[in-house]
Amino acid sequence: MVRAQDRKFVSSDPEKCIGCCVCEYACSMTNENTFNPTKSRIRALRLGPLNNLAVTCRHCEDPACVAACPREALTQEEDTGIITVDEEACDGCAWCISACPFGAMMMHPEKKVAFTCNSCKDQEDGPQCVKWCPEEALTFVTAQQLAQKSRISAVRNLFQEAKEKKAESK
Amino acid sequence: MFAYGGKILRVNLTTGKVSTEPLSEKLAKDYIGGIGLGIKLLMDNSKPGTDPFDPDNPIIYLTGPLTGTLGPTGGNSYAVVSKSPATGGVANAEAHGFFGPDLKRAGYDAVIITGKAPKLSYLWIDDDKVEIRNAEHLQHKTVNETDHMIREELDDFYIRVSAIGEAGERLCRFAAIINDEFRAIGRAGMGAIMGSKNLKAVAARGTHDVNVADMDGFREFIKMIYERMKGPATKKYKTLGTPENVLVLNSLYALATRNFTNSQFEGAQKVSGEWLNEHYVKKIVGCATCGMRCDHIAVVPEGPYKGATSRLEFECLWSMGPLCGIDRLDAIIEAMRITNEYGMDGISTGVVVAFAMDCYEHGTITKEQTDGIDLSFGNAEALIAIIHKIGKREGWLGNALAEGSARAAEIIGGDAPKYACHIKGLELPGYDLRTLKTAALGFSVSFRGACHLRNGAYSPDVKGKVNRFKIEKGRGKMIVPDGHIYNVIDSLIVCKFSRGTYYDGLKDLANYYTLATGIPMTAEELDKDGERIENLARLFNIREGKGTREYDTLPWKIKNAPVPEDGPAKGAVVSDEEFQVGLDDYYEARGWTMEGVPTVEKLNELGLGEYASIVKGGKA
Repeated sequence: MVRAQDRKFVSSDPEKCIGCCVCEYACSMTNENTFNPTKSRIRALRLGPLNNLAVTCRHCEDPACVAACPREALTQEEDTGIITVDEEACDGCAWCISACPFGAMMMHPEKKVAFTCNSCKDQEDGPQCVKWCPEEALTFVTAQQLAQKSRISAVRNLFQEAKEKKAESK
Repeated sequence: MFAYGGKILRVNLTTGKVSTEPLSEKLAKDYIGGIGLGIKLLMDNSKPGTDPFDPDNPIIYLTGPLTGTLGPTGGNSYAVVSKSPATGGVANAEAHGFFGPDLKRAGYDAVIITGKAPKLSYLWIDDDKVEIRNAEHLQHKTVNETDHMIREELDDFYIRVSAIGEAGERLCRFAAIINDEFRAIGRAGMGAIMGSKNLKAVAARGTHDVNVADMDGFREFIKMIYERMKGPATKKYKTLGTPENVLVLNSLYALATRNFTNSQFEGAQKVSGEWLNEHYVKKIVGCATCGMRCDHIAVVPEGPYKGATSRLEFECLWSMGPLCGIDRLDAIIEAMRITNEYGMDGISTGVVVAFAMDCYEHGTITKEQTDGIDLSFGNAEALIAIIHKIGKREGWLGNALAEGSARAAEIIGGDAPKYACHIKGLELPGYDLRTLKTAALGFSVSFRGACHLRNGAYSPDVKGKVNRFKIEKGRGKMIVPDGHIYNVIDSLIVCKFSRGTYYDGLKDLANYYTLATGIPMTAEELDKDGERIENLARLFNIREGKGTREYDTLPWKIKNAPVPEDGPAKGAVVSDEEFQVGLDDYYEARGWTMEGVPTVEKLNELGLGEYASIVKGGKA
């Protein structure tokens, strides 16, 4: 039994991500056996050359998409946190898409049903977007690990700044 | 057909008629895609002697067989081909970024655009639905504004736009077409062809699948290329970037300065790649589906141009910096930013300004004619002021310079033609041809005019493989094979920065092609394709009266203004004698007559027999 806090999801580091969309192509290649970003479960966004981020499902606790579904087509896997879509039950009403604050729930362009990241659970080496990302901007992590990472870099920066200030004042 | 879209789209802007036809496998195999297919379609879809700005001159958008796949750099590309308003011959350019894949997913290997829209319009390609839409509200908008406004009105952030700015609308003969903020169909003035057709932009949204013939083999192959891209073959582009060339060329007496007056720049350090990266580069980003990172995004942190943001590569840094005698990177970044906004080729823009400065220094242009701008070499404010004038075609001089240096020199008169540094009407890129003489030969025979990307002839010079101060017999033959490879690269449309990752050269590229398309291809066949494309481009130029020996020339200064710096380069010029030796050698190696015309036998060998009437008698 995996604890909820141990669930992993794909996270993108805004410092490293350059919006190159390699993740989108790797995703559609893996999950759809074709090249087509509109069938990717992760989408990269470039708001400007300096503002890039790839976004996909964060396997939220008590997920809004599941709650919003009027046909009970969406369920969350207990162990992994992955949102699964019952493609028979889903009628493409898009309530889940309205509910997701990250735009990580999407409409499949051909099947006309909701789809989102499945963490490449059938792949031995995990999410393929993470493997292909040339910038190592994507990681498959738990929320705890993310918080640790941020904490460590924040504290490191603080010490660095303090050191520099000290050096300047000398 | 795998990997190809399989369709050619025709749009007539005069009548509004839109139609499609299939792409044959023969065309695909013989011309690959990109510029190869483009030059073939240009030849067959235009009448001899058509003025570049005539509505009948087609402008052709192309994708490559790899476009839309995860193939690094090949996946993200497109090309444009037309008849150049700068040279009167073939215009070709390629751009990467994000636009190409959408055009491919919409299903098209080529879009042949003819006619002239009755009012400013843009072309909206939404998969199979093609619409000519009103663009009057986009008049004189910058490239970036146009991009944003089109995506907003079509209400989809992921639509990709390839657009012109004000310079294209005003028929500046070195206007560019720009996609994704700073990726340019830069050279040879195709932005002006768009302007002449009242075509502000092409917007594309493609949602169809792109499938390759052998997915497993393709995946393994590209994984290998992505791995190689992490290695030494692309290190330069990921670290200092192409501006690394500044100090390298400076040390070789090959950093043309003050309009090819000097071959070294005393301010080189301050405009070096090292300085740029330390003081201005904020982030290095890249295109879709690429494992390299080359877009050095520079931001000015302080001073009059604070906040100015632009991508900066060596060529434009050189043309707006050393060539104008300017050592201020903040001003160069601002100059590059506005050049992109007006939608102009950054190389030509800088070279044209340097030409004007040379005229001004020699008294050929007066201060009255510049509307009071002090166009002395080294004046950074003047650089920016004159770029604004060119972009808007403002004043007598701005209007003249927007014609490109060859025509501007005629308008200015006097000694001005001596200071105009162009070949066939296209401005020189950033290599001092007096001290890089293989490059001098290579640039002179390039079918799109002065160009470092048609045969890479600067490479043996810079790498020290030859005596770069002399053109000897054998030098012409030396540049032939790379000419073929470069044509193949631009037809597959892989990025030239990636060329070092194909360790086995054409063999790797042939394998890449076959895995994607399923069409058998060998290295030899690919080389033949490269040669066919070269000959066909030459034929087009001959047909247009611009392709024979007399057009393979060098600028006056390269032949007549000796390098003044003490040292190994002192006194260097390209003499007519050595240059003619080089041309003879090149034509011989190509199987052309001494007039520079392909023979009928050569054409038959390449499957170009149908064009024999163009060369009958050995002369055009």
